[in-house]
Amino acid sequence: MIFFKLILTNLRRHRIRTLISIAGIAFSVAAMLTIVTVLQGAIGMFSGILSSDSEIIVFERNVSDLFFSNVPAGAVQDMAGWPMVRNADPVLFGIVSSEDHPIITCFGVTAADARIRKATWMQGDRANFAQHDDDVVLGERAAEFLSATLGSQVQIGHGTFHVIGIVKTANGFEDGGVFMPLASAQTFFHKEGTSSVVTIKLRNKDDATAFKQLVKVKYKNLIALEDQEFTRSYSQFKILKATAWAVGGCGLLLGGLGVANTMIMSVFTRIREIAILRVSGFSNPQIAAMIFGESALVSILGAAAGLSIGTCFLWLLKLIPALHGYVDVSIQPAVVGIVIVLAFLTGVAGAFYPALYAMRIRAVEALRFE
Amino acid sequence: MTNKTAVAQRTERVVLRAEAVWKSYDDGAIRVLNDVDFAAVAGQTVALCGPSGCGKSTLLHLLGGLDAPDRGRVCINRKELNHSSNMLHMLRHEVGFVFQLHNLIPDLTLEENCLIPTVAAGIDRKTARARLQQLAERTGLSHRLGHRIQKLSGGERQRTALCRALMNRPKILLADEPTGSLDERTSAVVFDLLLEMVATEGLTLVMATHDRGLAERCDRLVEMHDGRIIESRTE
Repeated sequence: MIFFKLILTNLRRHRIRTLISIAGIAFSVAAMLTIVTVLQGAIGMFSGILSSDSEIIVFERNVSDLFFSNVPAGAVQDMAGWPMVRNADPVLFGIVSSEDHPIITCFGVTAADARIRKATWMQGDRANFAQHDDDVVLGERAAEFLSATLGSQVQIGHGTFHVIGIVKTANGFEDGGVFMPLASAQTFFHKEGTSSVVTIKLRNKDDATAFKQLVKVKYKNLIALEDQEFTRSYSQFKILKATAWAVGGCGLLLGGLGVANTMIMSVFTRIREIAILRVSGFSNPQIAAMIFGESALVSILGAAAGLSIGTCFLWLLKLIPALHGYVDVSIQPAVVGIVIVLAFLTGVAGAFYPALYAMRIRAVEALRFE
Repeated sequence: MTNKTAVAQRTERVVLRAEAVWKSYDDGAIRVLNDVDFAAVAGQTVALCGPSGCGKSTLLHLLGGLDAPDRGRVCINRKELNHSSNMLHMLRHEVGFVFQLHNLIPDLTLEENCLIPTVAAGIDRKTARARLQQLAERTGLSHRLGHRIQKLSGGERQRTALCRALMNRPKILLADEPTGSLDERTSAVVFDLLLEMVATEGLTLVMATHDRGLAERCDRLVEMHDGRIIESRTE
């Protein structure tokens, strides 16, 4: 109890300094939580697009981005005929712009595609999809920012399209996107006879290995990955994740430097007091435990405040209409755990030198120190 | 009783000994103790006197294990202070310190300050509180236990420092000018209390002081000059 009181007393003695350290850790934790959660959400949404009612994704080997991938229509037809395959849905990705929106994602899909089948049709009828070349179906949010309703003509890129449906999906990318018949999209993006990816639904999930092996044998320039494999290995996702953790890590490093500064000042201003503890029989580990205890408390308080701030910030992001559907703010427990552990370790690392310094204080000399 | 037996008995009772102790600072530039031999027997009160800078405080620090001699050895209860864990044990269980400045932690209460040595020694809370209650009653501080140090008078602070020094029931009390920062009247009261506590607890007291009046109330007076003991007389 007295030991804990000593820790609290030291932190309370310089309240502003302690609060600044807690704030440093808090904002670092909040930044890390927000960035990682938003990017994880984005990755999750993008993965969701790819894995819509499918287990495997096939795309061109060694492409840096799926937008540059080309899967020949012949390969799609071939795979659709394999006995273990239930559905093989080609999807062509494209980016276009409209007057006010520089980036609109386009999905070239067939009428049988799960994205069309499983969406909630707010306006229009799914049976009308792909009847005409200039027909498009808009995601609900895309319809909103393009101010389009059923039957509207919309200008997308250099083309004018007829809106035959408005759909609502749980996925932000899809909700803000445009669905075109595959053939129209191929023409529009000058990718005749190809799609970006093929999503595969198997009759039996146990056939995944056999399917991947068959693709490897028959199509040297294509690669088939199960959804989770794809999420783990896709370089764009890896870059995004690494960036998120790196930015968050830098934030925490700054927070840790704040803790180190506080702890150094804290030790320097009470050398005499530490000497008194020494004379009272405190051992080196006890002195170090006191210093680490202070930094750990700062880190824990900072982490708690940071998690609250981060959660509030994510909640606010969710309320912004322009980001609706784009930001998945469900916080993963693993991310929270990692952030707390990192904050704790940063705080402890920040106390390393001060603790070392405190352990080296010689009582005799320090008691002469006024 | 033969002379040999008398010497042997006296040797057995020695609880604190410094043998041929040398100490200097700044790589030998400042020589503080020069070949000092010192011994105190159980229950004895010893006053170290001499001008400022003669080595009184340094000798006390060496005797208590707060510092190590350059040469020579220091023994407490026949155990040589030669490594840190040994010194730590001595600081926790064998030796109590009282300084000229009370050296209390101002943000803590009297009670919390006194409990610090028991935390270091791992003494359980109940035992520690009982001991504090006992010491507080004897030093007249019972009504001040929950008060912060800033609220205490100079005499009360020094009495608190005495309580803290005695919390772990040491056998030796080392006092460095314990009344040096107090006025004459308070000084006399605190010193009376110090001697009373030493007597009731059966302690060995070694005290550095400039005050001849106080020194002469001790069993033995050791005179120091230029880092040497020049005279030792029993009152």
